[in-house]
Amino acid sequence: MTRSDVTPTPWTALRGLTPARIALGRAGSSLPTAPHLEFQLAHARARKAVHLGLDLPALQADLAGLELPMQTVASAATDRAMYLQRPDLGRQLDRASRDAIAAPEGGCDLAIVIADGLSALAIQSNAASFLSLVVPMLRQMGLTLGPPTIATQARVAIGDEIGASLRARMVLVLIGERPGLSSPDSMGLYLTHDPKPGRTDEARNCISNVRAAGLSYPEAAQKLIFLITQARKLGLTGIHLKDEAEPLAAIEPRRNFLIE
Amino acid sequence: MPSYSHTIGGQTWRFDTLAQLMAKATPERSGDHLAGIAAIDAEERAAAQLALADLPLAAFLHDAVVPYEDDEVTRLIIDTHDARAFAPVAHLTVGGFRDWLLSDATDGAALEALAPGLTPEMVAATSKICRNQDLILIARKVRVTTRFRNTLGLPGRLSTRLQPNHPTDDPAGIAASILDGLMFGNGDAIIGINPASDSLPAATRLLHMLDEVIARYDIPTQSCVLTHVTNSIELIRRDVPVDIVFQSVAGTQAANSSFGIDLALLAEGRAAALSQGRGTLGDNVMYLETGQGSALSANAHHGVDQQTLEARAYAVARTCKPLLVNSVVGFIGPEYLYDGRQIIRAGLEDHFCGKLLGLPMGCDICYTNHAEADQDDMDNLLTLLGVAGITFIMGIPGSDDVMLNYQTTSFHDALYARKVLGLRPAPEFEAWLQQHGIFDAQGRMADELPSMFRQAITGAA
Repeated sequence: MTRSDVTPTPWTALRGLTPARIALGRAGSSLPTAPHLEFQLAHARARKAVHLGLDLPALQADLAGLELPMQTVASAATDRAMYLQRPDLGRQLDRASRDAIAAPEGGCDLAIVIADGLSALAIQSNAASFLSLVVPMLRQMGLTLGPPTIATQARVAIGDEIGASLRARMVLVLIGERPGLSSPDSMGLYLTHDPKPGRTDEARNCISNVRAAGLSYPEAAQKLIFLITQARKLGLTGIHLKDEAEPLAAIEPRRNFLIE
Repeated sequence: MPSYSHTIGGQTWRFDTLAQLMAKATPERSGDHLAGIAAIDAEERAAAQLALADLPLAAFLHDAVVPYEDDEVTRLIIDTHDARAFAPVAHLTVGGFRDWLLSDATDGAALEALAPGLTPEMVAATSKICRNQDLILIARKVRVTTRFRNTLGLPGRLSTRLQPNHPTDDPAGIAASILDGLMFGNGDAIIGINPASDSLPAATRLLHMLDEVIARYDIPTQSCVLTHVTNSIELIRRDVPVDIVFQSVAGTQAANSSFGIDLALLAEGRAAALSQGRGTLGDNVMYLETGQGSALSANAHHGVDQQTLEARAYAVARTCKPLLVNSVVGFIGPEYLYDGRQIIRAGLEDHFCGKLLGLPMGCDICYTNHAEADQDDMDNLLTLLGVAGITFIMGIPGSDDVMLNYQTTSFHDALYARKVLGLRPAPEFEAWLQQHGIFDAQGRMADELPSMFRQAITGAA
């Protein structure tokens, strides 16, 4: 039997505790061939996800169950290459979209924007299911909702212009986050009180990593409802609105084996 | 307002402002194109570099790239400038200063004494006329040592921040990454978690957990949860064990304001951390992160190029006497640093500028999946920064941050850099690794599982 040049890392049993690439073994102190090439494949796949377009008809069909009038807008970035290099254009509506948006009578409490961001896959996989959970909760709170707006080649701040056009008192942006090697489908939620162009990140609250293998829909929804409730009470979002939401009692974190 | 020009063979190149001269002279990057301030082509860039090289260093004390009246960072730079420290180079031009820095007569002690006399704009200007090898050679001369529970930045040492991020902040998942990192000799700079949730209860749980792990295994290191400074202040008020206070900082008042901070708040954060008295060896109690492009991203750049603004962030950082400063170089994306080439150049510039200004510079050698970069680019930057004497890098499992969704250096990468460059971890941490059989006397990983962790791993499985 020949001796292997790969030294195992004898804590592979911990792999079930995290999606992180732990216990990969070592060749000398370097990465062995197998995990090295696995990484290269994952990188190639994540690169592909960045350039995937949003399947609008499929998304619209998925959202139909919300029974809300929908609209679709585009940012001023006309294609993916421009989107990647010109974030300023991804924050603005193109002219046709700007002209097309009409505010509902009396505005609305909350406008919902569904933006492709850097991962259309994240939106395709998560947006409709998450909203089908959250929209009934929002209605129960007595909030008036603007028409959900699908925005393509869009960045978070496009919600400010859309929210202002809809005369919304708050805007919620669901957006595809930058694809990770192990999570090409991660969705972010951004809540902004009194949206208008020129708002910056300190005026927003963010809930990140909403996806099947990340923050679950019920957990994300609970955090979001907490933030919306507080934002209405305080009349603001951003760094002065601290997320004090306790995790759902049902979700018990596993114990930390290092200290227990 | 003075204007700047350079004549080559009858053709005169004119630059209306100091900010414009700096922007045109800076090596090409996508963020300066995005801002509409980059040189038109390589010839205009070279002409601007020639004009910049002729500029006296002292000119930066009289002409600000961001107006003094409008910006507290400019006021900080001008009002705290140490004329006596500046005296040895006060007569030099930018080009002459580059030669002075390269001279064999200029050593680490001279550079340490000079730091308070340098402004960010002076070192940024100099970096623009340096080749990569100059940025490496000069930075390598500088030593910046900081302390909390161990000693960071000593010659021949390379430290790592162990970054055990988890997509839902699960304690067991985080513990698994911490163990993986410790076994690979990572974590001497800090064990620092980017929390997935920015909530105070979540940060509280994580801080207690890190505190218990460090205490249980008696690890000579420190911990941090990378949350906003106002959160850390509140957590300290609630008697949560905060070792190190974190904050992202930028080079203009408006950009800092977009982060929800100003200089007074940073001072408040530092005072809160000091009030706990948790450091055993020193009082460097802050961990700061920066990155080229952050001011432009916040629409707060005043027409100044992103590399100069990054250097100005270091003026903000040095008011905090930080334990660690980390330029998160490739995180921001291709609209600011387009590809591996631009990321590598920016990483070397940031390390050079930070070190000359007296900061314990590290670098998050990283890229995102929407940038034109890959692992080979990171290997290049890691090797170059290792040679340049970088204080610390990140260490994560398998280069894949499963929470922040980007790629940075792995635990394995840190061992590669230490091996090829003959570098070791911080002395107190190195002694701990050997004492517990994680590393052998030659500094190599042991083949056997150390007894200290055997029980914990068995129990977890």
